[in-house]
Amino acid sequence: MALKGDLHDFSLTQLLNLVHLAHKTGTLTVHGTNDQVSLSFSEGKLVYGQGGLTDGHLVSILRHTKHLTEEQARLLMSRPQANNDKELGLLLIHAGYLDQQTIVQAVQQYITDLVLRLFTWSEGSFQFFNGVLPPEDRITVHLDLQNLILEGARRMKEWETLQEEIPNLDLALKFTDRPDSRLRGINLTVEEWRVVSYVNPKNTIRQIAHTNRLSDVEIRRIVYGLMQSGVVEVVHLQGDTSPAGPRIMPIPRTPEQASLINRLIGRIRSL
Amino acid sequence: MAPQTVKMVITGPFNSGKTAFIRSVSEINVVSTERKISSPAERVKETTTVAMDFGRITVDQDLVLFLFGTPGQKRFDFMWEILSEGMLGFVVIVDSTRPETFREARFIMETFRAYAATPFVVAANKQDQEDAWSVEDLRIALRLDSDIRCVECVATDREKVKNVLLELLDSILVEINKDSPKP
Repeated sequence: MALKGDLHDFSLTQLLNLVHLAHKTGTLTVHGTNDQVSLSFSEGKLVYGQGGLTDGHLVSILRHTKHLTEEQARLLMSRPQANNDKELGLLLIHAGYLDQQTIVQAVQQYITDLVLRLFTWSEGSFQFFNGVLPPEDRITVHLDLQNLILEGARRMKEWETLQEEIPNLDLALKFTDRPDSRLRGINLTVEEWRVVSYVNPKNTIRQIAHTNRLSDVEIRRIVYGLMQSGVVEVVHLQGDTSPAGPRIMPIPRTPEQASLINRLIGRIRSL
Repeated sequence: MAPQTVKMVITGPFNSGKTAFIRSVSEINVVSTERKISSPAERVKETTTVAMDFGRITVDQDLVLFLFGTPGQKRFDFMWEILSEGMLGFVVIVDSTRPETFREARFIMETFRAYAATPFVVAANKQDQEDAWSVEDLRIALRLDSDIRCVECVATDREKVKNVLLELLDSILVEINKDSPKP
């Protein structure tokens, strides 16, 4: 099944949330106006990225993170190991030039910068290629997407989108009960922590905003980030009548009703 | 004596396949109030439903099921509340190939949910097309609760449509059994 569309309709934050929740493995390519970025995921974790003017090889990454000068990068490119990142990494470690941790951190930094740059794109088409991973010789990492999703929501500026995502502030929030959703390891801002401390099915989003003196835009942005990163979900309060209008009571659930439904099932099966 | 009538509502964004869905199972020619589309933005098809589609399935001489399709264009949303009155349940049809309509599908789903506390299912339509998002991906994109069923659908395929309706009826049965007093 294809997973493709446009960032205008389905934002990068939503895409990362989808990859995270569905534990997807594959490569997401995003084509912007003048640029293309590829991000690879394994079981919902970000493992590799390539984009912009760089080829995604280790030399380019170390140049990007300023661990190599232009001259050093050019010299390394002439070595036979230059096209195999793992071999090149070992060469640099054995030569005592860089340690393993520095190399991994450089790759993490490069990929994180790529994603943060992608958050600034409001236009672009995307496609997810299931099961496609970077070549074997590339150095991969395991980056949790939750923090990146939160960062994406923090950078969100479009008021209309936020309003469409969270149209009603008179709903409550609860922590998700998914086993992989934990607050541990997530970097929250002070404001986000304040909101989290009031998450309770009895408190509406509006009440939480009022208590924390947050504007409608601020509370929507925070709640959107917490929802997309899988920390909280919306719950409908009992008696909630939104959107405005009388609530139509369901027809009574009786044994006679069950018999009626069974007759309908029988008829539809026979069509 | 006139037969008892019950109804289901078939809703979803513009051009999601509501009319085709009802046509696939209705025993009468669907009573459809279609008009030529005037807005260039919505001109992906020649006509659209401006009031409602209406289909019928006769169960027996005592019972008839009506299927009401809602108009897809937002400016006719005043009809939704009227149509939802007394419904057994509803089907939200989503065009799986058009992520630009997912946000609207979610809005429609939440609106109908607020109108009536009846069970509903999401029909992931156009699953026969190459660009269709999978049901699993749609679940996440539409933020569906785990207890809401999301079913593969091809609105022009009678068997697929029957399956969606059966899933909805089964959801209603589950609800009834939940509410019934235990011995």
